[in-house]
Amino acid sequence: MSAVEEAITSAHRAEWARVVAALTRRFGDLDIAEEAAAEAFASAVERWPADGVPPNPGGWLTTTANRRAIDRIRRESKRDDKQKEAQLMYDDDPPEPLGAVDDERLRLIFTCCHPALAMETRVALTLRMVGGLTVAEIARAFLVQESAMGQRITRAKTKIKAARIPYRVPAAEDLPARVSGVLAVLYLVFNEGYLATGPDTDPVRHDLTTEAIRLTRLIRALLPADGEVAGLLALMLLTEARRAARVSASGELVPLGEQDRGAWDATLVAEGHRLVRERLAAVAAGGAAPGPYQILAAINAVHTSARDVRDTDWSQVVALYDQLVRLDPSPIVALNRAIAVAELDGPEVALAAVDRLAEPLAGYHAYHVTRADLLRRLGSSEQSRAAYDKAIELAGNTAETAYLARRRDQLG
Amino acid sequence: MRYLVSVIDDKTNPGSTDRQPAISAFNDRLIAEGYWVFAGGLADTDTATVIDNRGEQAVFSDGPFVESKEYLAGVWVWEVPDLDMALKLATEASKVCDRKIEVRPFQ
Repeated sequence: MSAVEEAITSAHRAEWARVVAALTRRFGDLDIAEEAAAEAFASAVERWPADGVPPNPGGWLTTTANRRAIDRIRRESKRDDKQKEAQLMYDDDPPEPLGAVDDERLRLIFTCCHPALAMETRVALTLRMVGGLTVAEIARAFLVQESAMGQRITRAKTKIKAARIPYRVPAAEDLPARVSGVLAVLYLVFNEGYLATGPDTDPVRHDLTTEAIRLTRLIRALLPADGEVAGLLALMLLTEARRAARVSASGELVPLGEQDRGAWDATLVAEGHRLVRERLAAVAAGGAAPGPYQILAAINAVHTSARDVRDTDWSQVVALYDQLVRLDPSPIVALNRAIAVAELDGPEVALAAVDRLAEPLAGYHAYHVTRADLLRRLGSSEQSRAAYDKAIELAGNTAETAYLARRRDQLG
Repeated sequence: MRYLVSVIDDKTNPGSTDRQPAISAFNDRLIAEGYWVFAGGLADTDTATVIDNRGEQAVFSDGPFVESKEYLAGVWVWEVPDLDMALKLATEASKVCDRKIEVRPFQ
């Protein structure tokens, strides 16, 4: 990649959200902001190779995008009075009172993750407006037609405008609930990357996990005191650290217990552990009790602290799951707790706990994977085979299906 | 910004019938805070009449334009700064009415 191409890529990464956010604030219209930002980056691609990279790329992009936005508004409002046009020349918005955090990008994120939008819409809008992914890239990531994804994003922009979804950081009393909505969007993007679904996709979508981490880092920079933001970032880092060890050379999923721990990314593990320690210290110093992301991060910290799977402190893992069950008594958490219980109290105790989840989790592939493994360990081959069959039928990830099929075929 | 706020009831699982005092108190608050534009409860859907005069002759039909399990039981019109405020009030309204609420902006 040439130096100019690199400058454009890094400007895109660093400045896209800032440019969209600044324009949305100024023109009160996400659509105009998005289009003008895209045009500004397109003209950087055209002009920087010849003119050189400007000394302040962000400033250049914002100014260019502003001009494009004004051009478009002029074209669309030729019949409007001159006075309105003159207003466009000056950014004379009265300064708003400073909220808890004053960053344009944060307003953008909260608007894209507004609870009045459907979850899949929030994900798409966040990746487009904050992440700067193209509609084609987002469509590919979620295996839908580009036109359908385009429509979803257009519909969302129309609703934001027509229903007047505000462009601001929520008030302090609403902030925790709204932040948790934003984190849910980022975690969903991460998980889709980490366990990608679909017969024709890569088993791990590195682009999505990387983007989710980048956006979570951004939120962390904007809300450094929020424990759950730190928890989610730590959780993502400790999960991402295991990526290289998670799929074998032959394309099979490698479960945690069988992974080559030397292949884990030590830098990501260290950063994740640092964040978990920071949260433990904050809680110990009388801070708010940890939420689910912090507990999940702590569980992952226990796993990544063991050099060998046999060194895993399972009693600590089960204790953390007990804590998580109190916050989130969902059957999926209970299933994951049972997996840890199998290591501490044996597969029989765990199977009894898993079987109690039959009704709510009948359609969830991980339920059948867990049963198959426990039944295999208990020597019930026939039942185990049936559970593997069901798991394979429900699993959407190619590497996982390959692993499960081999396990099934190895049954005696 | 004006929003149409619809109260949705369910024929098979109706909300409780003792909500009127709470709704009146909520209305008083909406008026005091300047959000109230209009409010009204509706008679049963069986009392509706549909008129179609797109053809040569007006046709009256007895009953609602669509039969459904869920139906519009009442409406408000609110004047509020943005959707966040509308949703905040609608969240309270749903409790007060013991029914689902739809919030829809006017054009």
